[in-house]
Amino acid sequence: MPFEYIDDIAIADVAFRAVGQTVEEMFIAAAEATMGAMVERLEAIEPREARQIALSSPALDMLLFNLLQEIIFFKDAEQLLLRIESLTITSDEAQYGAKASARGEQIDSGRHETIVDVKAVTLHRFTVEQTARGWECFVILDI
Amino acid sequence: MAIISKLKKISDTVWEVPADYKEGMRVPARIYGTEKLVTEMDEGVLEQTTNVATLPGIEKYALCMPDGHWGYGFPIGGVAAMDERSGVISPGGIGFDVNCGMRLVLTSLTYDEIREHLRRLVDRLFERVPAGIGCSGFVKVSQDEFRTMVEKGAQWCVEKGYGWAEDLERTEEFGRVGGADASKISQKAVERGYKQIGTLGSGNHYLEIQVARSENIFDPALAKALGINIADQVAVMFHCGSRGFGHQVATDYLQTFLKVMGPKYGIRTPDRELACAPFLSPEGQDYFAAMKCAINMSFANRQVILHRVREVFSEVLRKDPVDLGMHQVCDVAHNTARLEMHDVGGRQKRLLVHRKGATRALGPGAEGLPALYRLTGQPVIIGGSMETGSYLLTGVDSGEQTFFSTAHGSGRTMSRHKAKKMFHGKTLQRDMERRGIYVRTASLSGLAEEAGPAYKDIDEVVQATQAAGISKIVARFVPVGNVKG
Repeated sequence: MPFEYIDDIAIADVAFRAVGQTVEEMFIAAAEATMGAMVERLEAIEPREARQIALSSPALDMLLFNLLQEIIFFKDAEQLLLRIESLTITSDEAQYGAKASARGEQIDSGRHETIVDVKAVTLHRFTVEQTARGWECFVILDI
Repeated sequence: MAIISKLKKISDTVWEVPADYKEGMRVPARIYGTEKLVTEMDEGVLEQTTNVATLPGIEKYALCMPDGHWGYGFPIGGVAAMDERSGVISPGGIGFDVNCGMRLVLTSLTYDEIREHLRRLVDRLFERVPAGIGCSGFVKVSQDEFRTMVEKGAQWCVEKGYGWAEDLERTEEFGRVGGADASKISQKAVERGYKQIGTLGSGNHYLEIQVARSENIFDPALAKALGINIADQVAVMFHCGSRGFGHQVATDYLQTFLKVMGPKYGIRTPDRELACAPFLSPEGQDYFAAMKCAINMSFANRQVILHRVREVFSEVLRKDPVDLGMHQVCDVAHNTARLEMHDVGGRQKRLLVHRKGATRALGPGAEGLPALYRLTGQPVIIGGSMETGSYLLTGVDSGEQTFFSTAHGSGRTMSRHKAKKMFHGKTLQRDMERRGIYVRTASLSGLAEEAGPAYKDIDEVVQATQAAGISKIVARFVPVGNVKG
């Protein structure tokens, strides 16, 4: 898995590191880690409904923050569990943009093994960086 | 490395980090707890409490309560009071789950009287009080009505028939904090929250049927004054917050503050999660008014849940809730910022007190305390893990040292991930049932994360608050039934 949960940091919450060879891969991995904090076995989420997500931000890390917040928003507003299928990131001088295609379905307690509700993405130690191997982010989710 | 080596012992329960510990600290930091508790505290507590001490306008000390642990922005258990004029307001000092809090309701029943009904009671509570991820409640309101509701809080609920008038005077702020302004909340916040009134949520949120056994009454006079007056009395306690609505309000303003904090106000913080704005700035005032809507949503949420609890007891035991003596004892908020008068250098001053994972605990006779608590002091609940039990305490006169604040729970000592690896949900559920605690849960994984050993020793935490003179122990409640989010 391109993400791992990390013990002993912000212990009442969930911390994870996600990686990708490209920034897009890393964003998708972070979205999976966020959903994975809420539901075991992500493959149990069937792609029954689609949502297009378009976001922009002057900073790349806040673009990721916004994307993860969207995943959390749909979970409450529409009871939708979403996985990102494809994502492109663009940039110009002023800002970064992200366009994502997400698919998923309504929470079904019979089929989805839920864990805990993610309340928010925090900015404590929140980082997005390019490494020798690609891209990496560190995120703490409020539980 | 244990943080205690970096602290100066002030008393058996107060430990100080001097203001020269870190660049930018404006005041010293003080951590409350016994030597055992402080020895076990993680490095995050030291880092975050000293970060809080750098915030503009902070008065006296950046504080951490005995249940403190690593959070984000403030530590969990963090308390900081800012000068109203020169200070800041920070969502990271309140938490995303604004007014996450607890409510306690008594019954006139003994454990023997409910024993044979216990499973039915818990099963029905599990059905009637939705728990878990993304759940929605039974109160159907339009988005416009929701905007009205968040300005009126629990008062809205009582007007609609969800509760008794007396519940309001037993709730902080009478269930409705003034100055809530729905024009300051986003459409997104409304969409996230308007279907969630009357829901528990998940994580450490719970609804328990508990028993106050005679041997667990530590102050009989206070217990009696608060309505605990029969042996093995049954009570219901629950813990939940402002749900997706409050989470979105905090997220919205965290981003607003990040944009203006440096460029407009020249404030730098050591952690972006401490993003803030001057309290009296337009952004600060907008957040204050929006955050109050989230405070009210949470009061309303707990009010509707109380209504459901009364309905379930009435249905299962075939008696009117009035005849079952289902009076609320108190409702306390954990994650708030409020304007309060406090003593600073012998002078009364208006301060914006941030409490994050901390409870207000006013002493007897304090201004703002409803008449029925005037002699007892404010009742305070300190919730333990689902395996160990919870405490009822009261505020005391000597609480000014912490701006009349005390602990809110037992505090975690183990990460969720580690707890899930160590404990198995189904086994834990069976073990608890064998020990007389019947549990229904929306998530067995979530249950494993909340296992008792993942938390500090609740007895040590409450004793630390009593020894420090910030709250007084009244009674301990042990769980017999639990609905887990």
